[in-house]
Amino acid sequence: MLKTFRIGGVHPPENKLTAGIPIEYLPVPPNVVIPLSQHIGTPAIPAVNKGDHVKVGQVIGTGKGFVSANIHSSVSGKVSKIDLAPDSGGFKQNAVYIDVEGDEWLDTIDRSREIKREISLSREEIVKRCLESGIVGLGGATFPSHVKLTVPSGKKCEVLIINGVECEPYLTSDHRLMLEKGEEILVGVSILMKALNVSGAMIGIENNKPDAIARMTELAAASFKGITVHPLKVKYPQGAEKQLIKALTGREVPSGKLPLDVGAVVHNVGTAFAVYEAVQKNKPLFERVVTVTGKKVSKPGNYMVRTGTPLIKLIEAAGGIPENTGKIINGGPMMGKAVSNTDVPVVKGMSGVILIPAEESVRKEIEPCIRCAKCVSACPLSLEPYLLMTLSEKSMFERAEKERITDCMECGSCSFTCPAGRPLLDYIRLGKSTVIRMARERNLK
Amino acid sequence: MSNLLNVSPSPHVHGKESTQKLMLNVVIALIPAFITSVFYFGIGAIIVTATSVASCLIFEYLIQRYILKKPLSITDGSALVTGILLAFNLPSNIPVVIVIIGSFISIAVAKMTFGGLGNNPFNPALVGRVFMLISFPVQMTSWPVPKGLGTGYLDAVTGATPLAVIKEGIKNGEPLSKLMQMIPTPSQMFLGDMGGSMGEVAAVALLIGFIYLLYKKVITWHIPVAIVATIAVFTTILWLVNPEKNADPMFHILAGGVLLGAIFMATDYVTSPMVPRAMLIYGCGIGIITVIIRVYGAYPEGVSFAILIMNAFVPLMNAYIKPKRFGEEVKNG
Repeated sequence: MLKTFRIGGVHPPENKLTAGIPIEYLPVPPNVVIPLSQHIGTPAIPAVNKGDHVKVGQVIGTGKGFVSANIHSSVSGKVSKIDLAPDSGGFKQNAVYIDVEGDEWLDTIDRSREIKREISLSREEIVKRCLESGIVGLGGATFPSHVKLTVPSGKKCEVLIINGVECEPYLTSDHRLMLEKGEEILVGVSILMKALNVSGAMIGIENNKPDAIARMTELAAASFKGITVHPLKVKYPQGAEKQLIKALTGREVPSGKLPLDVGAVVHNVGTAFAVYEAVQKNKPLFERVVTVTGKKVSKPGNYMVRTGTPLIKLIEAAGGIPENTGKIINGGPMMGKAVSNTDVPVVKGMSGVILIPAEESVRKEIEPCIRCAKCVSACPLSLEPYLLMTLSEKSMFERAEKERITDCMECGSCSFTCPAGRPLLDYIRLGKSTVIRMARERNLK
Repeated sequence: MSNLLNVSPSPHVHGKESTQKLMLNVVIALIPAFITSVFYFGIGAIIVTATSVASCLIFEYLIQRYILKKPLSITDGSALVTGILLAFNLPSNIPVVIVIIGSFISIAVAKMTFGGLGNNPFNPALVGRVFMLISFPVQMTSWPVPKGLGTGYLDAVTGATPLAVIKEGIKNGEPLSKLMQMIPTPSQMFLGDMGGSMGEVAAVALLIGFIYLLYKKVITWHIPVAIVATIAVFTTILWLVNPEKNADPMFHILAGGVLLGAIFMATDYVTSPMVPRAMLIYGCGIGIITVIIRVYGAYPEGVSFAILIMNAFVPLMNAYIKPKRFGEEVKNG
């Protein structure tokens, strides 16, 4: 029997429309806006001034503190200004505006197509290179990778897990990357193994991607010792860190703890590819694969795109915004965020852009809760969403905290499954953020 | 295209399930039982079901429209299910007026006074049924004998249910072995060839409905299995202790409303617990109370009372019985 996680989970329609479409390089746009915060943690400090000329791969923002990441220019050209720009969430933050001139790369970047397998860097040098290259988790959370590669004293990484699950419907960027850059990913995994001082790695892939499973298994068996590929039964949210660890190893990350507390470290396949490029090719992270898709999109596809490219350029490459589009999602349909503006830049964490027709973009009418308990059985963390919603609605936050509202990872399985169309997750988010704020204030006292 | 984009928060896709579809699936699961009741009790089954359904829908409509002045929701199917279930708990020869009174109690008193669907603490159909049983004991316990597709309604030939035969006989000191010969055989009971409420008699039809509900994921196995297993275990013990006074477990499961209650009444979403562990406890409670009433109580049948009593404990169970949270016990292996 195929492995999967045990508690909860749902099966949204997969709609992987672009699974068979090879990655295409998107032309460099005439100008880019590169936000200085494309990661979780402190925003980077601008490292260039207005009027400076920059090359592709040059540092334009320096990470501040440990949990932060460098930002690199994705184009060559002239810095026109450093100013606030709205990000895909609608918030304004500092960004570097660059007018593109040609496509001149830093000389240090190895642009050859040849796959370099020999890992010459030491463990410390690998972590340092990831930090310098601005590598962040590309599965969506954009947590700086060097932090995850630095194992604190007293803890030990026993198992490295590579996330090739891609459980979100529609998205196929990781799938295509595994098919087309499988060998590079495996070298990247070997680099991560060296950095974490482990002898093996498990790659988890859901069995709706049989071609990727076959390809990766074949490559790993041929010449990558210690790396094993594990097909998983399709179930959302298997790509969530805690669920994937549970599915592959049977270990449960305790509430409020990190994967390292059970000896596991999880990296995405996209991140492994970025690590390969940074370590073996000295190429910082300034481009990524983004799936542009939707049921009405005329030319859906997977595009390799430079960060800072306006979203609309990417959508135009896929045939433009179809008539009657009601919603544009940055990310997957279960956890992604709806964007309010198509001029926002593509960032490191953007795995997909989904254009949803108007008729599918509106929610069902809210009906009374019939206490069917479907939300309870769908919750992968075995919380009681119906109760958390009511407690948040009635501002009973102390009780919500006792019912472990902060365990919620906002996967949306409860709202997805509710037959009465109740906005469970909306209220749980409200309650969760209030409880976190309350706890912070309590700690300050 | 218009430039206005919807920016509601995730998730952006939703399942196809709806309250109405769930209720409709319950109705579909009840069809085999309805067919068998028409087969055994004839036109009376149709008259009682139609009256009950129509009056439940009308009362809900009138109350929402003229008293609560709230948006109408009779299309959600919950009143339809209540109407069918109420009818299934009645003898097929009961006068229409009594059915209408029972429907009124079910909808107006047991459901709408608490705020309508989702808020009622007690199963509406059972409240209506128990009200009728206490108020009209004669009409509620004159069970027609299964006569096949007849046209008999109010004038149907009546007789006692197997449960009543056993209860009465044991009270009069008759040996169980003699009483067992007076009631239908287990295979007759399995097919529904016995006196009783029109929907409860045919175990086979109810089990088909159960499989359908499980297949459609409308309900989980926990409550029905807990009830039937508890009754089986409890009555087996009693039977082994004193086989001359206590009927065997097969009889207890097939006779009366155990299967109808376990599959369709106790699993009512609104009045049953939310967490699987609590569902098992709730089912066990129903099973134990049912057997106690049947064996030691004044009534020959106790499923309705058992479910209503356990309904009262549901809020308590929801408050104190919690699922084992993910990551609660650290398992490293």
